[in-house]
Amino acid sequence: MSNDNQTDSFSVAGRTFTSRLLVGTGKYKDMAETRAAIDASGAEIVTIAVRRTNIGQNQDEPNILETLPPSEYTYLPNTAGCYDAKTAIRTCRLARELLDGHNLVKLEVLGDEQTLFPDVVQTLEAAEVLIKEGFDVMVYTNDDPIMAKRLEELGCAAVMPLAAPIGSGLGVRNRLNIRTIVENAKVPILVDAGVGTASDAAVAMELGCDGVLMNTAIAAAQNPVLMASAMKKGIQAGREAYLAGRMPAKRFASASSPTDGLFF
Amino acid sequence: MQIYLNGLEKQIPDSLDMAGLIEMLDLTDQRIAVEVNEELVPRTTFSGHILNDQDRIEIIHAVGGG
Repeated sequence: MSNDNQTDSFSVAGRTFTSRLLVGTGKYKDMAETRAAIDASGAEIVTIAVRRTNIGQNQDEPNILETLPPSEYTYLPNTAGCYDAKTAIRTCRLARELLDGHNLVKLEVLGDEQTLFPDVVQTLEAAEVLIKEGFDVMVYTNDDPIMAKRLEELGCAAVMPLAAPIGSGLGVRNRLNIRTIVENAKVPILVDAGVGTASDAAVAMELGCDGVLMNTAIAAAQNPVLMASAMKKGIQAGREAYLAGRMPAKRFASASSPTDGLFF
Repeated sequence: MQIYLNGLEKQIPDSLDMAGLIEMLDLTDQRIAVEVNEELVPRTTFSGHILNDQDRIEIIHAVGGG
């Protein structure tokens, strides 16, 4: 593996990216903060949501697609807020129409409001339909190696297990499962949701993930722009550490200075 | 006749098409996508897509989200 970051690119659904940090665009104070934080993160892929237009209100309000223009970013429209396959499929069709045929989507079908854990049965059903309709599906799922494999076999472009519940900031709760998912995968694996701070992002990358998708960890920081910069570095550090191959952990000490040549 | 527009009741003239509704709402130049009764209506078909009484119309746009 090269140690040159420029050549350590990441590809999903035939699209190649330099940054392994994918960011959401929700929960920011305003569009200026959104833009500043996303610039600082270095992200090239940004998630967006689709919602009802406010008829007759705020027509001049700055639009997310103007703040983050398609010439600079790859959009990843999500199905956040969908609790069944049918609404998730409708959402993806609307997003593709909205974005002139752009077919990359983030599929998430949620199970309940308390945990926002995925409903994996509905997720599988939606993924199957969307893939048949020509969508490139990056799918949010549990940290479950069996389900991750099923989603890959179904034809998902990337599988995105959660680190912890969405918006919880708890970090990677089950490192062994994430590692197993990575080791078994032939498609990119990205940790999606649950990261709280830069070291959490580094952990995900050290486990061999291809990238990390986050929103709240940046947007809900005291200083979102500074946290975005920290996340960028955390992702890079974790990736380099993964490529470098860490030393084995040992129970007892091993002296770093030579024991030969001691003069006493 | 009556339609439901983004969940709210609205009276519109009979035999209005989608292009007419979008114009009436002053959304012609906005980046939006539309479905009627849970089916996508591509913008290329707005002209000539005649609306019916009780149609449920959703007009969506992009917002920030994670």
